[in-house]
This record gives sequence, structure tokens and C-alpha cells, in this order.
Amino acid sequence: MRSIVLTKGVPDFSEGAVSFDEDGHLERGKTPTVMNPNDEFAVQAALQTKVRHGGHVSGMSMGPPGYAEVLEEAMESVYLDDSYLLSDRELAASDTWATAITLNAGLETYQEQVAEIDLVFAGFKTADGETGQTGPQTCWGMDWPIVTHVIALDVDSEERRLRAKRLVEGDVDEIETVEAPLPCFVVTDPEFEPTYRKASHRLTHKQLRAETQERAANHEEHLTTWDHVDLNLDPDYIGLDGSPTIVSSVDPIPKAPSEREATMIDPGEDDMGEVLEEMHPFAAGGDAGTGAGD
Amino acid sequence: MSTDTADREHYEAVVVGCGPGGAAAAARLAEHGVETLVLERGTEAGSKNVSGGLIYAEDSAPYTIDDLFDGFREEAAERPVTDYRIHNVAGNSVKTYDLRDLHEHDTDWCEAVLRRRMDSWLEQRVHEKTSETGGGVLTNVRVNGLLREDGEIVGVTCDELDPIGADLIVAADGVNSELARDAGLMDWEEPEEWFQGVKAVVDMDPAVIDDRFDLGEDEGAAHLFSGDLFEDVRGGGFLYTNEDSLSIGTVFHLDSLVEQQAEPHQLLDALLTHPMMARWLGDEYAEREYAAKLVPDSKKVAHPEPYQDRLVLVGDAAGQMQAQGPIIKGMNHAVTAGALAADAFAVTRGNADPEAAGRRYAKLLEDSGTMDKLRPRRYELARAVGERETVTNAVERVLDSPVGRVALGNPISNRLLERAYNSPFLVSMLPDTRTGYVTVPSIIGEQHGRTIQWETDIEPPTLEERIGELTYDTDVGNPHIELEDESFDASGAAVYACPVSAEDFGGGCYRSEEVTHNGSEETVVSLDTQPCVECGTCAIVADTTWEHPRGGKGVEYREG
Repeated sequence: MRSIVLTKGVPDFSEGAVSFDEDGHLERGKTPTVMNPNDEFAVQAALQTKVRHGGHVSGMSMGPPGYAEVLEEAMESVYLDDSYLLSDRELAASDTWATAITLNAGLETYQEQVAEIDLVFAGFKTADGETGQTGPQTCWGMDWPIVTHVIALDVDSEERRLRAKRLVEGDVDEIETVEAPLPCFVVTDPEFEPTYRKASHRLTHKQLRAETQERAANHEEHLTTWDHVDLNLDPDYIGLDGSPTIVSSVDPIPKAPSEREATMIDPGEDDMGEVLEEMHPFAAGGDAGTGAGD
Repeated sequence: MSTDTADREHYEAVVVGCGPGGAAAAARLAEHGVETLVLERGTEAGSKNVSGGLIYAEDSAPYTIDDLFDGFREEAAERPVTDYRIHNVAGNSVKTYDLRDLHEHDTDWCEAVLRRRMDSWLEQRVHEKTSETGGGVLTNVRVNGLLREDGEIVGVTCDELDPIGADLIVAADGVNSELARDAGLMDWEEPEEWFQGVKAVVDMDPAVIDDRFDLGEDEGAAHLFSGDLFEDVRGGGFLYTNEDSLSIGTVFHLDSLVEQQAEPHQLLDALLTHPMMARWLGDEYAEREYAAKLVPDSKKVAHPEPYQDRLVLVGDAAGQMQAQGPIIKGMNHAVTAGALAADAFAVTRGNADPEAAGRRYAKLLEDSGTMDKLRPRRYELARAVGERETVTNAVERVLDSPVGRVALGNPISNRLLERAYNSPFLVSMLPDTRTGYVTVPSIIGEQHGRTIQWETDIEPPTLEERIGELTYDTDVGNPHIELEDESFDASGAAVYACPVSAEDFGGGCYRSEEVTHNGSEETVVSLDTQPCVECGTCAIVADTTWEHPRGGKGVEYREG
């Protein structure tokens, strides 16, 4: 079983890491790059497949050379065997379309130069772009079946089919089970949970973790970088030139006004009446609170 | 998930629990080339374990832990015990006896240990060894019962994994072994069969420890305490030196705790705040961890035939915890038992009789003398007269009379008493009555003791603070204990005896409440399992359905 996980480096939006300037614009230089949080589920799905069926998992990402660290993080946390970075100045400022063209070329090049791919895993939208388009667009170029919003996955390596549970339209209450032949493109939902109900699977998982820690320490030895020449891409169709999306400006979202009012009441027994009195206007509903209490 | 036999996983041996007993069994099985899977419910071995804790290597034992695990003493232990004393306390008067002779009897070495460090080290070694024969250690997996086929035990069932078949199942799942209870080999019925221990691990700089206990390199101290420190509750206290901390605790007969309605954490505080502790604790007291554990009394519950079908019990699960007066040995017997169970399986491997290994194991326990240490025949004989209430009362009256006081109080008896305490033969006959625990030590303290003039300003943390410092991963909405009978008669004892509950404390597991029911007032007991330290006390003293939390859930000890 040969799988590829597509991943992207994004600004670390977590509290304490992210940095904004006075106008509320993201300070990219001061904010560290991390693996897109949703991609975690894609790598978990790839890992589950590897643990259950063996094989090889490669990570692939498009981005500047600094993204190698993101692939290292992926390697360490999800036990990648090796990684491929599609990196070239010509690729800068790609929108989802140009990115999909590039990733598609990456996958084709991988099939030509490395091995035939059985499964491609991608996460559900990135934390910085939030479009959810790149995965499906990349698959469209491959002309493979695609299964999105996957929350559970079972691969039959002999029959070369997969069976997946997916959320219908992202609705958590409605789950359908679908089957698809390999090779196949799988987009995981943030609800995806790997399951390991066999002791042997858990022992394999533990073994892989130990092996990967060694590998991640020397991740550069397991990294291949491809530029637009390696990928056989025409500079007119990639990067800024190949991107039909034009961002005119970015406006910060104004903060919602919030006002809070607190009344301290000593919780003596006699004061419960006072509490009730204070709360009465809210209990009645409507706007009796005059904006207080949010 | 399939439970079909065809598709079921099978290992030659499944070991449940990776404490010293499970680790010894697994290591020895691997040495015999047996494919061995070890399942541990903690997030790491040791995270669910507590002991006093001293581990012994006995000269007479067929196996010791450093036989099985090279480097154990250097890597996993704290300090060797080179100084061993007992303090008899009567009020502020304390008489100390040197117990080195007793301590060194049959002892190759003895080390103080902290279980998180020790067991997690063992887990690594066990995983290395068992990986070589096709198995390994898995953490965060709770085995919840026995898998049976046509009424015969053939494997285990787990919360996290599909059922697993095995030719040998080693239940090393501790004092609250769910497997031993599933098999009907052990129960949780009688408080007299158990002790309960609570312990504080106290932070202390290594140089300060050396100074206060007068220790050199590779030296450590063990101190025991008995007498009227704890009023009439039968039990005692201990203090052991670790590398950079002290383990200070108290251990009581559970029936005595229940009878006296004593609060375990207050008994611990009585020891911590006694003036004699001041010279060791100084002015600054920093408690790292509060912990509790149920301890089986091997004299009463060590199972003479700890097996059924392919299941064998090892360590606390089989009641193999020797507590006779100042002798407290558990982990060493678990190690011996684990290794013997593995040997028994190795020699009977391939035998069609599913009980062949179990029978051989019981015989090895007997032949190696382990069973006689756990259930000494001398105790059985002495107990028949020693523990009858009338005898106790008569002895008590004599001891308490001027004659008794002179007998115990004269200078000759002082020397004799020290010798008696150091006699393994006499100690093994000590009856479990208040005479041995309270009356004799307090008369000794009173008659021979020196009055302690130090003062102590130590304020131990409150129970609320102690619970607040513990780490929990709560299985929200899935409590592992259910209260079957909420009446005070059935379950009220838990309000006192539970080490994380107390009367008039709302933040513990058990509390009592007055409710008005059809106009009449009634006291009922309620339960919140969130602060539970999984000691098992309430399984015995209250009417509950008791299980361990799922793998990785519940309390996580950092020291243990």
C-alpha cells in the first residue's frame, strides 16, 4: 500500500504564537509556521492504513524551503517514511487552482519516478485559506474517485477497494458508508478517528513510532525537493501568473461589541431574594437587560 | 469489530498489568521464548501504582528483581536502606529500637522506590524483552474480564481491543484485580482482610536528606512508627528516604479504620505533625503527591491455589502481600510469583490440560517457601488464641496494670524487647490486635521513652489541596464506580474510610447528606468518582459496583 499525504504549512494561529501588527494584519515573519491542523486527520488516516496493511507513506507539500520543517513535524507525529517538497520561486503566490495544478504535477511525477500510488490523503481545508478547494481540484486532475468528509476508513488491500464512513454535507447527524476502488483520493473530516482494536496493530504502531523518531532526527536525508523543471510545469500556469484569484485587500473583521455588568451579592441566605430580583429582567426574555450581560 | 474465533487474535501468554509481578512474569516468559503480550491500563506503567515502598531481595527467594532486570538498583531505585528503626510513641515520649537485625535477616539488599519511576523503567525493559518473542507492552488498555468458551477461560476481554485468546493469562492487575474477581478467586467482602495505606511524597534536597538523616553516599533510612499516635486505630507509620524526597505514610487495618470512624488523611497528618518529625522535616514542608492504596493481608487472603483454567494470579491480585508487624514485603513476592508462574508455563507448555501450568505454579510457590512466608503456619496457630477478644482483653488488662508496666518497663525488658522486635520468628506470630499495634508500643514509649522537646510548625495540605494537586483524566459521563445502596448503613463507612473523602467535605468522592423523604429526615450517601484514586476501599466498606476506569483514564500518579 503506497499512500501520499498532502499537507500545508500555515501560520500558527494558536494563542501566544500568532502575531498581529497595529492594523490587525498578520505578521507572517513573526508567526511560526506549523502543519495545517486539519492535515493531522489526513496523516492519521494514512498511518492507520500503514499500520493495518503495511506499506509506505510519503508526505508532500508545496511551499518555500522553510516548509521542510512542517514535513519534519509531519514525519515525527505521523511516522512518514519520506517527504517531497515542491518548492520554487515560480510557485509563489499561488491560489487554490495553481496549487492544485502543482500538487497534481507532484503526484504525477511521483508516479513516474518513485512508485504507483494507491491512496492520496488530504485534510479538510487549511487554517489560512479556508477554501476546502485544493484537495478536490487536485483530484480532478488525477481523474480518480474522491471521497470527502471521511470519518472512518477500512481498506481491503486484496480486493483493492476501500470502504469509508463519511458525513453527508458535513452534517454530523447523517453518516453514509461508501465504497470506492483504488487508487482513490480521500479527504478526511476533522471528526476522523483512527481505530486500533487489535493488539498487533497497536504493537506495530508503537514500533513505527520508535523507528520514526530516529528518521525525523535526520529528516533532511529523507527529503526530496522538486522545482518547476522537475515537475515539468510551464511558469505561465503556476504561481501568481497561473492564479485566477485576485485578492484586492484584506479587512480585519471588526470585533463584536461586548459589555458586561456584574453585581456582587454576598451569598447569605437572606440575599437570595435580591439575586432573584436582579435576575428577573433577564428571565422575562427580550431586551430587558439593556445590553448588559451580553 | 469481530469476535469470531477464526479472526480472533491469539498470543501464547497475555500478562495483565506491568507492575513488578507482571514485569517479572513477562520477562521470564520472554526468556523462555514465549510470545507474550503485556496489557497495562495506565498511560505508562507506574502511573496507577503506589507502594510504601521498599523492595527487598531475599537471600532465600528463587528470584529477585535484579536477577531479572540488569541495572535495576542503579536505574530504577531511590536509595538502599542501611538504617532501619522503629519508634514506639506515647504522647510526646518516644522510644526507638534499632531493627537492623530484623531488616537484614534473609535480606540481600533493600531499596526504597517510587513506583512511577520504577515501573516505567521496567516497562521499557519488558517491552524490549517481549518484542523479541513476537509480543510487547501496550499501555492505555484496560482488561475488563475473562474470555470464556464453553465455561472455560481462554483469554481476556478489553475496553480498547477486541477479545484476545491466550494459552496463559497472568493476572498481575493489582490489589483490585478484576480478573481474580471474575474468576471468583478473590472477593472484596471482609474489611479485616485488608489494610489501607496513605502516603505523602515530600520534596527534599538530597544534601538536606543526607544531613538530617546522617547518611553518606549510597545510604538510606527507614523508620517505622507505632504506639498511640493514631489513638486506637490499629496500624502504624513509615518514613523512607528517596533520592530527593521522603515517602511518609500510614497503614491501618481497614476494619479498624471503619470501627473507629477514622479519617486516613488525618492519621497521616497526626504522624507528619508529631514533634519527633520536626528534626527530619524542618520548617518547610512541600508535599509532591498524596496517594492511597489498599493492601491485602497475605496471612488471611494469600490464595493457596491462585489459578483457574489458564489463569494464574500474581502479586497483590493473589493477595501476596506480607505484613507482619514491622515486616512489610509485597513487591519481592510479586516478582518471585511472576517468575515462578512463567517457569510453570514453560515446563508444562503444550500440555493439553489447561490447568497444568496453574497447578505447577501453586506447587512452586509452596516448594520455594514463598507460601509459608505469606501465610506462616506459626501465625495460623498463634492466631487461633491470640485474636480472640477475651484473650486480647485479658492480655490488655495485664499489660495495663502496674504488673504489666513493670514487666515491659524494666531495664532488662528493654533489651529483650529490642531482641523480640528483631526476631523474625516472634514477629511472624504477632496477632493483629490492638495489643501489638497500640498497647505494647505505647507502654514502651511511656516507660522507656525520651520526651521530645521539639516543636513542629508544619501544616500539611488540606484534603482539598491534596486532591487539587493530583492529575486526572476524567472519563466524563462514564463513572467507574456505582453506588448500589445509598443508605448510610450500607455505604456510610466510605465517607470516613475513603482516603479522598471526609465528613463535612464536599469535594471528595463520598459525602453524606440529610434529605427529607415523605416528611422524615434520612441520611444518605452520594458519590462523585472524579477525585477517586482507585484504591478500592469503597468496594469493601460500601455497597458498590466497582470497576477500574478505562485505559488511560482516572488518576495518574507522578511519583507513586
